[in-house]
Amino acid sequence: MRALSSRPALMAVAVAAAVVLPHVVGSFTVTLLNYIGIYALVALGLVLLTGIGGMTSFGQAAFVGIAAYTTAYHTAVMGGSPWTGLVLALALTGLVAAVLGGVTLRLGGHFLPLSTIAWGISIFFLFGNIEGLGRYNGITGVPPIELGPLSFAGTVPMYYLIATFLGLAMLLCANLLDSRQGRAVRSLRGGAVMVESLGVNTFRLRVQVFVLAALLAALSGWLYAHMSRFVSPAPFDLRPSIEYLLMALVGGAGHVVGAVIGATLVTLLKNSLQDVLPLVSSNASQLEIVVFAVLFVLLLQHARGGLVPFVLKRLPRRTPPPPAEAPPLRRRALPARGTPILRVEDAVKTFGGLTAVNHVSFDLFAGEILGLIGPNGAGKSTMFNLITGALRPSGGRILLDGRDITRLPQRAIARAGIARTFQHVKLRPTMTLLDNVLLGTYLRTRAGLFKGALRLDRAEEAQARAEAMRQLSRVGLGDNPYELAGNLPLGKQRILEVARALASDPAIVVLDEPAAGLRRLEKDALAGLLRALRAEGVTILLVEHDMQFVMGLVDRIVVMEFGSKLVEGMPVEVRVHPRVQEAYLGGVA
Amino acid sequence: MSLDIGLILAMDGIANGAIYVLVGLGIVLIFSVTRVVFVPFGDIAAFSALTLASLQMGRLPGTIWLVAVLAALATAVEAWSLTRRQEAWKIPRALLFYAALPLLPVGAAVLLAGRDLPVAVEIALALALVLPIAPLLDRIAFRPIADASVLILLIVAVALHFAVAGLGLLFFGPEGFRTEPLTSAIFEVGGMIVTAQVALMIAASVVFSLMLLLFFEHTVMGKALRATAVNRTGARLMGIRPARTGAIAFLLASALGGISGILIGPVTTLYYDSGFLIGLKAFVGAIIGGLVSYPMTALGALLIGMLESYASFWNSALKEVVVFSFLIPVLLWRSLAYGDAEEAHEEIDQ
Repeated sequence: MRALSSRPALMAVAVAAAVVLPHVVGSFTVTLLNYIGIYALVALGLVLLTGIGGMTSFGQAAFVGIAAYTTAYHTAVMGGSPWTGLVLALALTGLVAAVLGGVTLRLGGHFLPLSTIAWGISIFFLFGNIEGLGRYNGITGVPPIELGPLSFAGTVPMYYLIATFLGLAMLLCANLLDSRQGRAVRSLRGGAVMVESLGVNTFRLRVQVFVLAALLAALSGWLYAHMSRFVSPAPFDLRPSIEYLLMALVGGAGHVVGAVIGATLVTLLKNSLQDVLPLVSSNASQLEIVVFAVLFVLLLQHARGGLVPFVLKRLPRRTPPPPAEAPPLRRRALPARGTPILRVEDAVKTFGGLTAVNHVSFDLFAGEILGLIGPNGAGKSTMFNLITGALRPSGGRILLDGRDITRLPQRAIARAGIARTFQHVKLRPTMTLLDNVLLGTYLRTRAGLFKGALRLDRAEEAQARAEAMRQLSRVGLGDNPYELAGNLPLGKQRILEVARALASDPAIVVLDEPAAGLRRLEKDALAGLLRALRAEGVTILLVEHDMQFVMGLVDRIVVMEFGSKLVEGMPVEVRVHPRVQEAYLGGVA
Repeated sequence: MSLDIGLILAMDGIANGAIYVLVGLGIVLIFSVTRVVFVPFGDIAAFSALTLASLQMGRLPGTIWLVAVLAALATAVEAWSLTRRQEAWKIPRALLFYAALPLLPVGAAVLLAGRDLPVAVEIALALALVLPIAPLLDRIAFRPIADASVLILLIVAVALHFAVAGLGLLFFGPEGFRTEPLTSAIFEVGGMIVTAQVALMIAASVVFSLMLLLFFEHTVMGKALRATAVNRTGARLMGIRPARTGAIAFLLASALGGISGILIGPVTTLYYDSGFLIGLKAFVGAIIGGLVSYPMTALGALLIGMLESYASFWNSALKEVVVFSFLIPVLLWRSLAYGDAEEAHEEIDQ
C-alpha cells in the first residue's frame, strides 16, 4: 500500500504510462483495459474488505448490478442525467450494504459470505423477473456520460474516465490505510478482543469497510452501464463475484496495487481461455469456470498472500526516518499520588453454581504498583476481566477515580482510562512496532475515514506518530521503529504491549501475568521498566502468580484464594503470613 | 387461498422441507467436525438423482467419470504428500482407499448399466457412486489446508462448487431429468389426499435424522466426531485423528446428500446445476440453527420448505427471492439474540 504512495517517482511513471497507453495500443486492447479498470475497482473494494479487513463477500457483483440498474433505469427509462444516476447508484448501493452488513457483521465471520451468496442470487432473480427492468432482456439505450462539452462515448475517452476514477480510488484507499482508521481496519484480522480493548468499535468499523467496498463496486457498476450502454442480469450473478474475489486474492489481497494486477491477470487469462477452450469442448464457458475454480483452490492452498507481497519481498526496503517531534497530544488529568484511583467494592462473579470471585474489595492508589496474586484457580484472571470489562460482575461495584464503571463495555472502560496488556501477547505481527503502538493512540485522536482518505488528518497524525515514537523510546524499543512486531522475541513483545498501553495515556495500566513465559533476563528487564514507570508516576495493577517477580517489585499485594481475598499488605507482611504460606506451600510451613 | 390449497401447499412444503432437513443436517455435521462450510453439498444430491435417472434409462451414468477423475486426483495428492513426508511405503494403502474403493462402484456400474435391474439395486448403485465424492473432495481440496481459517475454507468450498458443477455439465450434459416414481400409491388421511412419494420423503427424513442422532449418542465413532467438533486439539490428544473423523463426516454427509437426491428425483426435474439452490436453501435452514444446532437446523429447514411452497403459489418466479430474503430477519434475530456470544471472533492466521 505504501509501496506506491511513498514513491513519488514510481507514481509519476505509472501516471505517465496510463496517459500514453491508449495511443500506443490498438482499440481492442483499450477496450480490454477499460474492462480491467472496471473490474479493478470492484477488486479494490475486496482488497480492503477481504485482504485487509478479513471479511469476505460473494455479493460484490450484485452491488455492481444494483448500481448499473439504478443508473440505467434513471437515464434510459426516466431520462435523467448520468451524474444524478451516479449519486442515486451510490446512495442505493450504500444503503443496501449498510442494512446487510448491519444484520450480519455481529455474527461469526462465515455468516457474511454465506448471506452474500444468498443475497447475490436473489438480486439476480429479482432483476430477471421485474417487468420495469426488462426482465432477462435488460435495459437498452443507456446514454453515454457527458461532462459539459466532453462526451465519454468513445473507447478512448471512456478509458481516461475509468483510469481517473480508478487512480483516485486507489490513492484515497492508500491514504486511508495509512491513517488512524486504516490502522484499525488493518488490525481487524486476528481477533476483535485486542482492538476493542483499545477503544475501537469493531462492529461499526466492519460495517463501514463493507459499505466502502460496496460503494467501489457501485462506482464500477455505474461506469459499466454507461460504457456498455446496456444492462442485463447475467453479469451480476454469483459467478462474476467469484472472479472478483479471485482477482483480489491473486494480486495480493493486502495491497491496493494488487487489485489492478489481479484484475489484469484474471481478465487476460479469461480472454485467452475463451480463445483456447472452444477448441477442446463445446461447453467452453463451463470449462472456463472449472479452470478458474481449480486455480483459485491452488492459489489458496499454496500462495495465500498473492503476487504483490512475493514481489515486494524482493525489492529493497526503504526505511523512512523516524517520526519527527510534534506538539504532544492532550493528556488526561490524573489524581494526586497516593489518593485512591481504582476502588473495587464487594465484587462478585458467579458462573452458574461456581463462585469465581467472592465479595472481594481492594483499593489501588495513584502512583503505586499493586500485585494481585494467588495460586492457580484463585480467581485472579476473573478479577482482571471484571476490571477491564471483558466480563460483567454479578454483584458489587468498580469505581475509577470516583466514577462507576461496573457495567460499562470494554471500549468505554478503555476510554475511561484503563489500559491493559494480554497474557498471550496480542500484537499484529505483520505491522511495524510504530504502527502497533500507534493503535494505542486511537482514543486520543479523532480523524474519521474521510479525513484519513483526504489527508486532512496530517497534523493530528504527526502528533500521534511523535507520541508513539516517544512511548517506544520510553520503553527502550526506539532504535528500530519500522521493524515488524512479529520479529521481536517474546520478552520485547510484552514490552511493546506496555508501550501500546502507555500510548493511550491511561489512568492505570493493568498487566495480565506479564512474566509468564519470560526468561530470567527478560523478567529483570520488564521489572526494571515497571519500576521506571512508577518513578514517572504511572499507576500499575499487576496480576501475576510468579511470587518472586512480584515480591521485589510491588508496593502492596492482594492475595486471593478460592475466589476470596486472603490478605492485603506490604510484601514483607504477606510473605510471612501463615495463611499465605499455607495456600502456597500446602501447610507444610 | 382456500383451506384445501393451503393444506396441499403445506404438504408440499413439508415434503420439500424434509429434503432440506437431510441436506441441512449434513451441512451442520461437516461444519462442526471440520469447520468446512461444504457448499458443493447440493451438487451431490443432484448428481445422485441424475445417476439414478441415467441407470433407469439404461445409460452409463456420468458419475463414473467424475468419480474416476476425483479418485485419480486424490490418489495423486495423497501419494505426493506421502512421498514428501518420506512415507512412500504407505502408498499401497493410499491406493486402496483413494483409488480401489472409490472405483469399486464405478466398476459395478460399468458391468451393470444397460441391464434390466431391480429398482433397489439401481438405487444402491447410484448411492454407492456418489458416496466417494465428498471424501475425495475433502482429500483433494480441504485436507492440505485443514488448519486454515473458516473464511479461507469457505472460499475454497465455493470455488469447489463451481468446479464440480462445471464437471457435472461435462459428464451429465445440459438436459434435465426426473427419475421414475419410487411408488405411485395414493392414500387419504383425514380427507386429504397424500401421495405415497411425499409420505416416503417425510418418513425417510425422520428415519435418517433419528439414525444420525443414535449414531452420535451411542457409538464410539459418533462420540469421536462430537469430540472433534468440540475441540480438535483435545480430541487429538485423546488419540482421535481429526483427518479421519473429517473423512467419516464427509462420507456420512455424502450419504445424506445421495439419499436426498434419490428422494427428490421423482418430484422435481433436476439439472446438473440444480443442486446449488437446494444446498443454499438448506443453508438458510442451517443458519437458523446457527450452523451448530441439529434440532434448530431441522426446524429451520422445514420452515424454509413451507415458505418456499407458499411463495411459489404467490409468485413462482420470485420464490427464491422470498426464501433468501428471509435470511435478513433471521440474521437480525440471531445477531440480537446471540450477537454478543458470537462476537468472540476466531484468531485468523495471517
